[in-house]
Amino acid sequence: MKKKQRDLFLVEILGLFLALVWIAPFYLMIVNAFKTKRGIFEGVLGWPEEVTTENFVDAFIELEFLQSLFNSVLITTVSIGIIVLFASMAGYALARNKSKLSNVILLIFVAAMLIPFQSVMIPLVSLFGMAEMLNRAGLIFMYLGFGCSLAIFLYHGAMTGISRSLDEAAIIDGANRFQLFWYVIFPLLKPISVTVGILNVIWIWNDFLLPSLVLGESSATIPLKMFFFFGQYTKQWHLALAGLTIAIIPVIIGYFFAQKQIINGVSEGAVK
Amino acid sequence: MRNRDVSFWLFLTPVILSLSLVVIIPFVYGFIFSFTNWNGLTASKFLGFSNYIKLFQDAEFVNAIWFTIQFSVVTVILLNILGLSLALIVTRKLKSSNFLRTIFFMPNLIGGLILGFIWQFIFISVFDDIGSALGIEALNGWLSTTTTGFWGLVILTTWQMAGYIMIIYIAYLQNIPNELIEAAEIDGANSFQRFRNVTFPLVAPAFTVSMFLTLSTSFKIYDQNLSLTNGGPHNSTQMVAMEIVKTAFSENQMAFAQAKAVIFFILVATIAIAQVYYNKKREVEM
Repeated sequence: MKKKQRDLFLVEILGLFLALVWIAPFYLMIVNAFKTKRGIFEGVLGWPEEVTTENFVDAFIELEFLQSLFNSVLITTVSIGIIVLFASMAGYALARNKSKLSNVILLIFVAAMLIPFQSVMIPLVSLFGMAEMLNRAGLIFMYLGFGCSLAIFLYHGAMTGISRSLDEAAIIDGANRFQLFWYVIFPLLKPISVTVGILNVIWIWNDFLLPSLVLGESSATIPLKMFFFFGQYTKQWHLALAGLTIAIIPVIIGYFFAQKQIINGVSEGAVK
Repeated sequence: MRNRDVSFWLFLTPVILSLSLVVIIPFVYGFIFSFTNWNGLTASKFLGFSNYIKLFQDAEFVNAIWFTIQFSVVTVILLNILGLSLALIVTRKLKSSNFLRTIFFMPNLIGGLILGFIWQFIFISVFDDIGSALGIEALNGWLSTTTTGFWGLVILTTWQMAGYIMIIYIAYLQNIPNELIEAAEIDGANSFQRFRNVTFPLVAPAFTVSMFLTLSTSFKIYDQNLSLTNGGPHNSTQMVAMEIVKTAFSENQMAFAQAKAVIFFILVATIAIAQVYYNKKREVEM
C-alpha cells in the first residue's frame, strides 16, 4: 500500500511538471506583454523590471478590439444558431423517414465531410463573389453548409434514442409537424445541441482562412484582425504579445465558465 | 414522415440548399474547371490533363506534398504517444486530475493562427535567449532552417492537439472494467504487465479513432503553417494546404490551383476511406 501511494505521488509530480511545460508559452506571452521594447531586448525569461500596461492600451486600440469582438460574437452565434436549428430539423426528418431516399441524403451529407476546404475554396469564393455575397451574411451561410454535415450526423444518431410514440401522441393531440418538432423533440435533443454548439464554437470562433477570403477589414473577426495586426508589428514583440494576450482573453473566460461542458462535448463528438 | 410529405422537404430545404451551394456545386464546378485555363471568372479553353501534368512537374507542389507526409507521420506518432501518456496520468486518482485535464486541453480552444504567433515568439526570442545564456548554439535561429522549422511545426501541433487526443483516450480508458485490472493485479502482474496485457489491447480502438483524426487534421493544416513559418525559409516548410492557397490567391493561377486541390481531395479522401475500411475490418474481428 505504501508503495502505491508513493507511485501516485510521483505521477502527480510528473503531471504537474508537464502542466508547467504546457502553460509555459502562455506565461512567456503574458510576462513579456508587460515589458517595454527595451525590457524584452534585455531578456525574455525574467520578470519585467519596469512594468508597463501601455502595450495593452495600444494593442486594444490598434486591434479595434471591441469591433472585432463584436464581429466574432455576431458571426459565431448566428452561425451556430442556424446550424443547431436546421441540422436538428434535418436529423429529425431523416431519422423519422425510413426510406432509401433518406438514406441516400444522409450518405451525401456524411460523404461531404471528406471534402477538404481547399478543394471547394476557389470556386466558392468565385461564385459567391459573382452573387455579391462576400460579406458576413454569405460567411454565415457558408458555415451552415460546412457545419451541417457533422451536426446532422450527430442529431440523426441521437434521434434513435427518442421514441416514436411521442410523435404519435403529439399528432393525436392535434400538433402539426413543426409544433411537434419544436415543442416535443427539440427540447429532448438539448444535450446533443450543446455538443454541436461547442464543437462549432471552437471551429468558427478560431477560423481564419474562410473569413480572410470572405470578409473585408471593417467586418474582420478576431483571428483575421490579429493577422493584419501581427503583420504590422512583426518586429515589435511587446505590442504583438499584448495583442495576442487580449485576443485570448475571451476564450479563457469562456473556458473558465464552461470547461466541463466543453470537455464532455468534445469527448462525445470525438468518440462518435 | 413520408417522402411525399411537404414537411419532410421543408425540414431538409435549408441544409440541402446550403450544402449544395457551399460544397457540392463548388466541388463539381472546380473539378470541371481544373481541366481548363479558368482564371476565377471565365474559362476560354479546355486543356485536358495539362494542369495535372504540370503540377507533378511543379517542384514546389511536390515538395509541399512530401513535407506534409513527413510532418503527418511524425505528428501522428508523437501525438498518440503523448495523448495516451497524458490520459494515463490524469485517469489515476490524483488530486490535480481535473486541473491537469483543463490545462492540457486549453491550447485546443485557441486558434492555430494565434498559437502559431505565440510560438513564433518562443522559437525566435526565447530559444535565442536560452541558447545564448547556456551557450547552446543549436537553439539559435530556429525558424530559419528547414529542419528546425519542421520540428517547430511538429512541436506546435503536438502541443496543441495532445489534449484533444488525451480526451479520446480517456473516453476509452474509462470503459475498461475495474475488475479486469484488479484481477490482473491479484494474478501478480506488475503495472507494466497490466498496461501491456490489459489496458493497451482494450484502448486499441481509441488508437483507430485518434489516428483518423490526427492524420486528417495534420494533412489539412494551414493556420499554424502560415503564422509560424509562413512556409519559409524559401518555401521549404510549406504544406499542401498553404501551397494551394498561395497558387490561387497570390499567383492568381486559379485553374492550376484547382487541379492541385483535386489531387489534395484524392489524397485526403483516400486516407479517410482506407482508415474507415481498416476500422471496419477490425471491428468484425473483435
